[in-house]
Amino acid sequence: MELTETWYLVLSALLFSIGAVGLLVRRNPLVMFMCIELMLNAVNISFVTFSNSLRDLAGQTAVFFVLVVAAAEVVVGLSIVVAVMRRSPNATADDVATLKG
Amino acid sequence: MVDVIVFLIAGAIVLGGALGVIVSSNPVHAALSLIASFFGVAVIFIIQEAHFLALVQVVVYAGAIVVLFLFVIMLLGVDTSENLRVDPLVGQRSLGLVFGGLLLALTLGGLFLSGPGGDEGAVALTGQESVVRPIDDRSQIEQLGEDLFSRNILAFQATALLLTIATVGAVVLVHNRGAEDLVIDEPGLSVE
Repeated sequence: MELTETWYLVLSALLFSIGAVGLLVRRNPLVMFMCIELMLNAVNISFVTFSNSLRDLAGQTAVFFVLVVAAAEVVVGLSIVVAVMRRSPNATADDVATLKG
Repeated sequence: MVDVIVFLIAGAIVLGGALGVIVSSNPVHAALSLIASFFGVAVIFIIQEAHFLALVQVVVYAGAIVVLFLFVIMLLGVDTSENLRVDPLVGQRSLGLVFGGLLLALTLGGLFLSGPGGDEGAVALTGQESVVRPIDDRSQIEQLGEDLFSRNILAFQATALLLTIATVGAVVLVHNRGAEDLVIDEPGLSVE
């Protein structure tokens, strides 16, 4: 058996779908953020796979920017979650609606 | 043959960790499963000769981001198991699974049904060939640094701005103005 890029892309598709299902099914905002991280990682696997198969460095550079955006998203998202959950510790994703004041 | 075995083990860890994130009822267990998944992704990067990105993956994702999640879980004290038996919104689970299955079918269909020469679509869309920056014999960090600081310098500065905005935004959001108005449910923490 030979390891082709299709294997990596199938893995990436599976990981993305698992993340998407988790995002749709779970109601805890922290777990929903973790599912977004899974989806971003699936995209990173695709980027590195194409970078390796095309022998092109641009894919690896793109992974850096995905990393930065993921970090910024987690920081802002978690601070919103902290702000909501300080008022009601059992908040679900629906309770983010209290932010509208 | 060795790389196939390594890929299968790493892929099993990635998918098992991902499933652990979405099925575990305790957020701490979900975060630990997330670490397993990120390590598997780092191994996938190593098989594909992206060694520096594997290092960054472990340091930034498995290190910083998951620790941030765990800090927030511990800070808020929400490390209690939630009841996953009841479906809080009727049909949410089944609809989510259906949409996830459709998404998987769509991506796999696009992957297997598209023939060779798949960049014709990109050329039709943008009118230009993809820019090729071939990987040469120099060290990978050197090439990545050169690419980042020459061709992508504008995007790099934009990310610096983005991170500054995110940091300031987090401080503003978490800063506790008017704490006396805050209703604190926990006993023993009542505002005097």
